[in-house]
Amino acid sequence: MSPPPVPAAGIAAAVPDPELPMVTVADLGILRQVREDGGHVTVTITPTYSGCPALAEISADLSRRLRQAGYHDVTVRTELSPPWTSDWITAEGRRKLAAAGIAPPRPAGRLPASGPVPLRLTAGPRPVPCPRCGSARTRETSAFSATACKSLHRCEECHEPFEYVKEI
Amino acid sequence: MTDDDDEYGAYQALAEEAEDHRWAFGTGFTDPLAGVDTTVPAGVDGALLAAYCLMLGDDALIYSHRLQQWVTRAPELEEETALANIALDLLGQARMLLARAGRADGSGRDEDDLAFLRDEGEFRNVRLVERPDADFAELAGRLLVFSTWRLALLGALTASRDPVLAAIAAKSVKELAYHRDYAARWVVRLGDGTDVSHAKITAGLAAVWPLVDELFTPHPIELGLPGTAADVRALRGEFDTVLDTVLAAATLDRPQAVPLAGLGGRTGRDGLHTEDLGYLLAEMQSVARALPGSTW
Repeated sequence: MSPPPVPAAGIAAAVPDPELPMVTVADLGILRQVREDGGHVTVTITPTYSGCPALAEISADLSRRLRQAGYHDVTVRTELSPPWTSDWITAEGRRKLAAAGIAPPRPAGRLPASGPVPLRLTAGPRPVPCPRCGSARTRETSAFSATACKSLHRCEECHEPFEYVKEI
Repeated sequence: MTDDDDEYGAYQALAEEAEDHRWAFGTGFTDPLAGVDTTVPAGVDGALLAAYCLMLGDDALIYSHRLQQWVTRAPELEEETALANIALDLLGQARMLLARAGRADGSGRDEDDLAFLRDEGEFRNVRLVERPDADFAELAGRLLVFSTWRLALLGALTASRDPVLAAIAAKSVKELAYHRDYAARWVVRLGDGTDVSHAKITAGLAAVWPLVDELFTPHPIELGLPGTAADVRALRGEFDTVLDTVLAAATLDRPQAVPLAGLGGRTGRDGLHTEDLGYLLAEMQSVARALPGSTW
């Protein structure tokens, strides 16, 4: 049997995120590895947040699209360590998020390797730039939003509300 | 299937191939530790490790349920979204920890068996998490206490000898830091707000304070897992420092309260709970117990 024409890694990388369909699982850094071994494909994914309900959909969608592409023996496995960071969102992913009106994350501050995590009693000193008009005159309206990975903001310049992918 | 289906494709795929159709009550359609090596490390007692993961998982599961009860009742939509998100993070932590427990003790019990089919006396959560909040101020106070304690605890567990527990902890720490900061800002806003809000957060913290000492009282299971479990006595300093910082910014005094007694030395970690837990479980487990193994 001849192998399917498109490499499994390419099929997997093109799978859209169910909650943020403008970006792929590869763009988000959720897809960690695709390994082809004979006819068997092992896909490794990592959750963004512990409770992210999209992980089940992502797993099922990866299997389905690989099967449609001719890969019938597919295992999707989870890897928890190292934990996902928003720094793994690719440049292409950031561009697509911004184009869809979602502000991409700034670099995540490193948590201390040991010792307590510092307390933050105020929102970050630098406002998130508006993805629509670019203004820096924005404010956080809610530390949480419609999905675990985002917060809610408003631009004081163009008055549009927007979401921001939190840096973690 | 055509490209037109893409918008719903992910959800269709779930419906097509979930081998374990238990959406009716649980989460049985995926294993949160699928593909993770859950071998118990050499020199670690699997039964003790399972009992320990159950404690940490039950804390998150029961508190998540209490937070979910605020959905549709929060004072503002933004807070409702925040509480639902925090509850979701904790539910995710609970799922992984319960799954870890079921593998470590070799019982093969999955997360649903452990969440829905155990009775009150088998739950190992601290009593702080099972009590309902009287109002939003008490919620803010309890969330601050819980997330500050749990952040210190799971921060210590990132160095656990059990690599699965360490990995779960490393993920959870980022989430808990965000929860703690959210709660801390509310405590400051309420404490440093009006006379009414100051009085309410004072009362809220006073209501949860009798349950604080239990958080730092080690259980024999924890002491039996040196290097794998964290010693909660060592976390008190970090907790006190954070609480003192928040209370000072909030113009609040540290509450004075007599710790809630156990019975013959037994508390939440031993399965001794307040009356509140039974009502919570009756609600949380009702569908799973009425329709065992049900699918749709």
